[in-house]
Amino acid sequence: MNLIEIIKEPWPWYVSGPLIGLTVPILLIFGNKAFGISSSLRHICAMCIPANISFFKYDWKKESWNLFFVFGIFLGGIIATVFLSNPNAIEINSKLTTELATYGITDNSGLMPVQLFSWESLLTLRGFIMIVVGGFLVGFGTRYAGGCTSGHAIMGISNLQWPSLVATICFMIGGFVMANLILPYILSL
Amino acid sequence: MKISNLKYMLVGIVFGIVFVKAEIISWYRIQEMFRLQSFFMYGVIGSAVAVGMLSVFLIKKFKVKTIQGEEIKIEPKTFSKGQIYGGLLFGFGWAITGACPGPLFAQIGTGVTVIAVTLVSAIAGTWVYGYFKDNLPH
Repeated sequence: MNLIEIIKEPWPWYVSGPLIGLTVPILLIFGNKAFGISSSLRHICAMCIPANISFFKYDWKKESWNLFFVFGIFLGGIIATVFLSNPNAIEINSKLTTELATYGITDNSGLMPVQLFSWESLLTLRGFIMIVVGGFLVGFGTRYAGGCTSGHAIMGISNLQWPSLVATICFMIGGFVMANLILPYILSL
Repeated sequence: MKISNLKYMLVGIVFGIVFVKAEIISWYRIQEMFRLQSFFMYGVIGSAVAVGMLSVFLIKKFKVKTIQGEEIKIEPKTFSKGQIYGGLLFGFGWAITGACPGPLFAQIGTGVTVIAVTLVSAIAGTWVYGYFKDNLPH
């Protein structure tokens, strides 16, 4: 197997996890930037619709590095898909596919289930909750918590900040409750 | 626009490629994590934190400077109840969408264009938080 074929395979956790962790020192050394992604959403608000809200009245241009960073993530998504795409279908735990089949989710060929995340699905109640309500909770929750997985779970815990540990534990509790207790009802809609 | 910001875009590009190639942006991986059906995401987050922690420790110990020669400073995080309430709400959203904010940008890049709606909704959520901030318990 040549190198490009190996790169096209899904990358194992012990390669991808450390690469993500290395973002922390790289951003610090490149310019004293603390790794964090959800701040970009706040900067977009400050840039587009500040509406005289004090939380959005600050010099977002000073933080514009963060917008370049997330635009890069978007470009990375394109590059990985166009040039480095895995030719095989994603491997999923059979317990999950069996459960999803009971909700009529049977097309598991992509990284995202197309029956949940598509423009057609957006017009259904289930799709609307998954796409719009879910997104709202992500944006509202991260800002309320003062950061997301990158800012708290990775950057904050790396810097031994106990509030970040509290936030991370709450992320996980919220996720466990939603995935196991509430999401089955949404998926049944 | 400062040309020096382009280096952050390059870091973002590498980061986005890792996100896609490790399938971290997959809704299925997040479901498996919260259903304890796979070790994968725990391995990713755990090893990322381990490398991050070691890096910050070494930066502090050897007083590593930025490439501009500045002293590296990391703002401490202050505790508020928001980390509990907001954390739980974000956890709900994470399990529904299968994405935290970073993966949203990468998912759009992979061609799942409807996630642009999720992103706009997340921006709206951030805006609504800013609007009601002073009325929420912190």
